[in-house]
Amino acid sequence: MNKYMLAFWNAIPSEQDFAQMSPEAMQAEIQKWNDWIGGIAAQGKMISTEGLYPTGKTVSGSNHVITDGPFTEGKEIIGGFMILTADSIDEAVELSKGCPIYDSEGRVEVREIQNFN
Amino acid sequence: MTEVNQLAEHLFRHESGKMLAVITRLFGFPNYDIARDVVQDTLLTAMQSWKLNGIPDNPTGWLYATAKNKVLDRLRREKFFAEISPNIAYQLESEQQMQIHIDHLFLDHEIEDSQLRMMFACCHPSLPPEAQITLILRTLCGLTIPEIAKAFLSNEETINKRLYRVKDKIRSTPIELEVPVGDELLPRLDVILKAVYLLFNEGYNSQNPDQLIKKELCEEAIRLGLLLHQHRFTNLPKTSALLSLMYFQASRFDARQDEEGNIVLLAHQNRQKWNRNRIEKGVEFLNNASQGSEISTYHLEAALASYHAQADSFENTNWKAITYLYRLLEQINPNIMVQFNKAIAIGFADGSQRGIDALLTIKGLEKSPYYHTALGDFYAKIKENSTAKNHYETAIQLTTSKAEWQLIWKKIESVS
Repeated sequence: MNKYMLAFWNAIPSEQDFAQMSPEAMQAEIQKWNDWIGGIAAQGKMISTEGLYPTGKTVSGSNHVITDGPFTEGKEIIGGFMILTADSIDEAVELSKGCPIYDSEGRVEVREIQNFN
Repeated sequence: MTEVNQLAEHLFRHESGKMLAVITRLFGFPNYDIARDVVQDTLLTAMQSWKLNGIPDNPTGWLYATAKNKVLDRLRREKFFAEISPNIAYQLESEQQMQIHIDHLFLDHEIEDSQLRMMFACCHPSLPPEAQITLILRTLCGLTIPEIAKAFLSNEETINKRLYRVKDKIRSTPIELEVPVGDELLPRLDVILKAVYLLFNEGYNSQNPDQLIKKELCEEAIRLGLLLHQHRFTNLPKTSALLSLMYFQASRFDARQDEEGNIVLLAHQNRQKWNRNRIEKGVEFLNNASQGSEISTYHLEAALASYHAQADSFENTNWKAITYLYRLLEQINPNIMVQFNKAIAIGFADGSQRGIDALLTIKGLEKSPYYHTALGDFYAKIKENSTAKNHYETAIQLTTSKAEWQLIWKKIESVS
């Protein structure tokens, strides 16, 4: 069993759409994510998940230039990630296909976590 | 599958209505937009966190704690602080007092109280009735503008305009967020009951093809009625009568439309599809409503609905009782539909000829297919088949519903 990270990339426009959502739609969005994560947990494969605030700082260069927000240039932003176990990257990819992020133009980046033991 | 933590149905929508009532009480009615920003921001924070971290054990508590912090953040902005209603400013003199006051407002009974105050403010007599309902849906029911537009079969622009006009009005005539006392209470409560009744009818009787939104409007109206029922000032027999009426009507929700979405009239509904729980609720509230001496139109309409709910078929309905109720209703609220229904009840209670006589005295329904169908039915019963056929043929030309057309066609065949 290997560990994988699924990084959830949201499109910035859909990030702004979230702010306009109706209470009912927000609740439905939570439920979709919880159902999907619950399904992976039910197979004993979920290790952890974390959500990220949409704002932050980027520090760059040896001068430590600080800019607001991780998204100054990009069109998308990481909204959170999941760590899970799977037999192969193909299985991890398969598991990611249920992620609700695809409904809002987002994408999932699947990466294997290095294991040096 | 493991058990996934589920949120109660409509939790976000209902909590948004509650939080908005509480925060608006703090910020003042003209500032309900700012209160709504705070609520929206709270829900957004919850969504972002709960998506990946899971739903907390006490979702409501989590929302309130977050909302309180966001309210404090707002109040710390001095410019805003100076703007909000001066009569509460003294309670907010220090940060500590502010926190105590806000905590207090989020107690259960205070939340209910805030919702009630909000309801009275939304139904202020200086606001036109359609604006009252729009405000209620926007504030207490947590509906968005597109959802309200859909509910009213209108567009977002119209709803926005309506809300802008209301906002102007609210700025020019300050509306206090309080439950009126003394002589003022009853007339103000009447306006609220009327608005709740209109809201219910908007869901029950509109031509809107969207069944879901219609049902939700009815459910929201019942929820607001229950809120009024829970509060000692507004828990009057009239309130119970309105609740009874709404429960009886709502019990027929699933029976009053066929698979193709056509309205099925009471006479042809499958009574097995009536919701027994709601009928029981209707009976319970009708009993509550019978205390006191006042008989409101809600009492009469609830009583009418109760006779229909108790009958095992349309023919076996207590038409005598219904005739009396329509006579009383006609005295309070004379209109052509009451006359029409009364005439039909007379036809069933006292014989078809009496029904025909009563129907023929009504002027103004010559273009209604229901009117001619009713006449046709009574003539058919007394075997005046050619007159019956004439009325059915008029009716079939007037109807716009396919299901009605088929029904009348069968009637024509039966008298031919």
